[in-house]
Amino acid sequence: MVATATHCSYCALQCGMTLSPSVDGTVTVRPRDFPTNRGGLCQKGWTAADLLTSPQRLTTPLVRDGRAKDLRPASWDEALDIVADGVRATRRAHGADAVAVLGGGGLTNEKAYQLGKFARVALRTKNIDYNGRYCMSSAAAASNRAFGIDRGLPFPLTDLARTGAVLIAGGNVAETMPPFMQHLAAVRDRGGALVVADPRRTATVDQATLHLPVMPGTDLALALGLFHLAVTDGHVDRAYVADRTTGFEAAWRAAAQWWPERVERVTGVPVTAQRAAVRALADGARGDGAVILTARGAEQQSKGTDTVTALINLALALGLPGRPNSGFGCITGQGNGQGGREHGQKADQLPGYRRIDDPASRAHVASVWGVDADDLPGPGPSAYELIESLGTDGGPRALLVHGTNVVVSSPRGRRVMERLAALDLVVVCDLVPSETAELADVVLPVTQWAEEDGTMTNLEGRVIRRRKAVEPPPGVRTELEVLAGLAERLGHGERFGTDPEQVFDELRRASAGGVADYSGITWERIDADGGVFWPCPGPGHPGTPRLFADGFPTPDGRARFVTVDHRPVAEDVDADHPVYLTTGRVLQQYQSGAQTRRVPSLAAAAAEPHVEIHPDLAGRSGLSDGDLVRVVSRRGDAVGRVRLTTAIRADTVFMPFHWGGEQAVNRVTNPALDPVSRMPEFKVCAVRLERVVS
Amino acid sequence: MAGARFVQELRARDPRRRFEITVLGAEREAAYNRVLLSSVLAGSLTPAEIETVPSAWYAAEDVELRTGIEVAMVDRRRRRVLTSGGEHIGYDRLVLATGSRAWVPPIDGLVRDDGELDEDVVVFRTLSDCRAMLARLGRVRRAVVLGGGLLGLEAARGLAGRGVEVEVVHPADRLMERQLDLDAGRVLARTLRSLGVRVRLGAQAVSYDEGPCGRGLVLDDGARVPADLLVVACGVRPNTGLAAAARLKIGRAIVVDDRLTSVTDPLIHAIGECAQHAEQVYGLVAPAWEQAAVLADVLTDGTARYAGSQVVTRLKAADVDLAAMGDTDVDDLDEELEVLRFADPARGTYQKIVIRDERVTGAIMLGGPETVGTVTQLFDRAALVPLDRRALIFPGVSDAGGPSDPADLPDDHTVCRCNGVSCGRVREAAEAGARSVADVAATTRATTGCGGCRADVAAVLAAARPADRAVEATVEVPA
Repeated sequence: MVATATHCSYCALQCGMTLSPSVDGTVTVRPRDFPTNRGGLCQKGWTAADLLTSPQRLTTPLVRDGRAKDLRPASWDEALDIVADGVRATRRAHGADAVAVLGGGGLTNEKAYQLGKFARVALRTKNIDYNGRYCMSSAAAASNRAFGIDRGLPFPLTDLARTGAVLIAGGNVAETMPPFMQHLAAVRDRGGALVVADPRRTATVDQATLHLPVMPGTDLALALGLFHLAVTDGHVDRAYVADRTTGFEAAWRAAAQWWPERVERVTGVPVTAQRAAVRALADGARGDGAVILTARGAEQQSKGTDTVTALINLALALGLPGRPNSGFGCITGQGNGQGGREHGQKADQLPGYRRIDDPASRAHVASVWGVDADDLPGPGPSAYELIESLGTDGGPRALLVHGTNVVVSSPRGRRVMERLAALDLVVVCDLVPSETAELADVVLPVTQWAEEDGTMTNLEGRVIRRRKAVEPPPGVRTELEVLAGLAERLGHGERFGTDPEQVFDELRRASAGGVADYSGITWERIDADGGVFWPCPGPGHPGTPRLFADGFPTPDGRARFVTVDHRPVAEDVDADHPVYLTTGRVLQQYQSGAQTRRVPSLAAAAAEPHVEIHPDLAGRSGLSDGDLVRVVSRRGDAVGRVRLTTAIRADTVFMPFHWGGEQAVNRVTNPALDPVSRMPEFKVCAVRLERVVS
Repeated sequence: MAGARFVQELRARDPRRRFEITVLGAEREAAYNRVLLSSVLAGSLTPAEIETVPSAWYAAEDVELRTGIEVAMVDRRRRRVLTSGGEHIGYDRLVLATGSRAWVPPIDGLVRDDGELDEDVVVFRTLSDCRAMLARLGRVRRAVVLGGGLLGLEAARGLAGRGVEVEVVHPADRLMERQLDLDAGRVLARTLRSLGVRVRLGAQAVSYDEGPCGRGLVLDDGARVPADLLVVACGVRPNTGLAAAARLKIGRAIVVDDRLTSVTDPLIHAIGECAQHAEQVYGLVAPAWEQAAVLADVLTDGTARYAGSQVVTRLKAADVDLAAMGDTDVDDLDEELEVLRFADPARGTYQKIVIRDERVTGAIMLGGPETVGTVTQLFDRAALVPLDRRALIFPGVSDAGGPSDPADLPDDHTVCRCNGVSCGRVREAAEAGARSVADVAATTRATTGCGGCRADVAAVLAAARPADRAVEATVEVPA
């Protein structure tokens, strides 16, 4: 059979790989020399094809004849009729906003676009948001207000290898996207600096030249302190600040209150380490370049937007954005986290990264969709707020879920389950029976990655092609087909095609003139060039690998320092809950684990969640290595296995979030939201530890 | 600083602007960050850069700011203050954040007959003091700093950094005697000397006068220390004159309760360096800011109460890393205590940590900065200290083992994390004929993730196939 060049099914690195199906139905994965992975793959990538033939694969629609009944197989017509009837009945009784939609950052651009359009045109609901709210929303909000645009990396990843210094705030790429490390290793091998701020001594920290061991929830104070030192130690690029930015004075005034000794007391990061970090970045800025990157550690906090902003302020003070091999970037997490937030599944946005409350944007998109702009709904609530409102008075009564496993990935997970249970209709599209699918009234089996065509936009803003390598199992449909089937039943059939390339062409038109302008990108061009960077406004445009060289897409062309100040964590430790909990990932699992837990070799390598505990804390809590421990917060509890390590602070435990049920740490986490991005505070809350006696 | 902070804290809790706020300041300048004065002296910040709250903020927040206005009297009965300009300003609540002033000891030659400081004498307290010092820098060759406490040493270090010859004259037997023990004081003096700051201890100044070779400070042993600038840093006194005249209870400062309210008058509050709470008068910014927040909460009907502050003293002087906290002048043999100590005076290192009931109750961290953040947080939070006490001074010492030769690693050790490949599987691959890292990668996927394990895999492979050692000596770097 023919080998197909495509990209990995998982994270935003979108490693290039080649899939070779054999006659027995198995598919062999080989890495490809693509700029992001340069021939590397992690364990998840190597085994990505195992899920194609998983016996746990859903291949027929399932419906439930009442909540107390089990799911039973059904025909597509029956299942789609149930959904369409349910939607109509809900709308009749409670209005259009009573139907809600949750999307995902793993959906292709075509699916994300079509889902947003389906919600606004076929359902006419304002209630749509997606799991990227839990992912990049803080960095996106901070980038938008500073630069007027949000693209994870404003330069190709390969630029990173040529820079002189990198600071990663709250990121563990050695575990989450291992081939990324090659680019960082190149910096280090040339004598450059790799500085990592993290409460844990992670696999990434092990390869760093300097570790800033920041106390959970104090990254913002650290960032303000680094900015402070850049000023007092004379590292500010005054000419850059004067020529290319606004707002320095006010931002400095807030940071002036964060002198290094005060920062040390709040964050635990020694003054000398703070100073060394700033010096490394400043030396880089004067030499080969310097890059500041953030990831979920700094972002998934109730002050994540301000934390990222403070780091952008540091980058601006050092004169980095727009300079060669320099700048600020966010390390996008989900496979299509970037594209997924650009084309309309975010509560406040329309395709092309347009604001849904902007009349001109509404008019443009409505004309592409062939509807009246006045009929488009306005902005809806963010993901967690939407979930909180499900089944409440005046809240949605029906929910469609695409590409997300919310009962595992949302904070305060048991509350999420209660909200789903309060609905009249829950519809889940998935390829496996995820924890969320198990709660659904209707489950629709959909194609996965290697069974479909489409585009993804990787962490660099490079639009790439996902190519079909194998036929899907009989009985499985694409999400475009599902949406078309529903739209037809709801009287909008003609607006929702099933050919992904045609959907992409419509997306191009809808995005034209927007911030994320894809109008010049075609599948043909992507195939010929290996990818095209947006913005690409028009057929002759070469695409934009590097942003900001000539200015910022703000009204005055300048980047904005935004004034921010530190504030405490939403929930601090006390006598009943004396330990901080922080959460994150392990190498062998991806997101809620719905897929990777079903890959046998990954499941074997990381079968259950562990709880990282410092030996001192374990000893004082009566815990030994290998014990089961219950991690308890005010909201719920989760059970994991004790793993002793000195790589974590003695006042903090760590637990990965890839498992469901009693093993779901998001039953414990805090839904306190960032006031700007509406990102929950996943990264820090107060817990106590209880030994589980078996 | 306490006053400006309080106004910000109050407005933050009073979005509907229920309070009409008037701020009266004797200094001409708007509030500035006194902590950063040493940076201004050192030249790394300009005076404008340490302004904390711009005048525009007050206007935007509807707060009336009046600088250069001194209050002459508080009329408690009529609830009003009288300014030196003769104006009456009424109040419902009065917050005294009058701070403190430099104390100038009664030494001949410091103060002129008219009560003003001599023209060659400065104190180091306010921004205008700082400006005065900066204005003279070009003409100063030798300066003496009278007083070896926190501010004196910061001033001395700042002047030395500006190329001035500096000597600190200090009456006690050690520098910063309120925070340091004898040994720490000695190590600090040695560090300062290496930075061009001379230190003279146990020295009482008698007078500052004109000698045959210019001006100098005369000491009680008859010695004469030449100084064309004398910086007086002999401590501060709370500004309590107004409060005393209004017959509020004064101890060393204005006595307040847990609501930061005068024990004499429930409508008058005091915060910062002019306030005395539970016998304590704080001279640092952190307690003043904590008090500002508590008082703002109290006035907006919150439940916050002030319970005292944990004080951590941090010297802000370039190339001197010193933190001191709690009680460190203790008896090492006290059986209730554990006293840890490490000294390496030649490298400027001295650390002493006092532990009671598994909690840090005092510490001096000089020159060995790696654990200072940890120790400070343990002290601040009264958290339990590490079971291996060495970790408080030597980071990483309690972590198990060091890196060993990869070739010696056991079979079950994971050598490639990204692909979960054990040493044993690399050895099996070698057994099955793998001759290069690429061969191992082809069968096990080791090294194909981040690539960080390539050298280790090569070493394991080489050891498993001794004959190939020469081939494997060069490790390929990923393209």
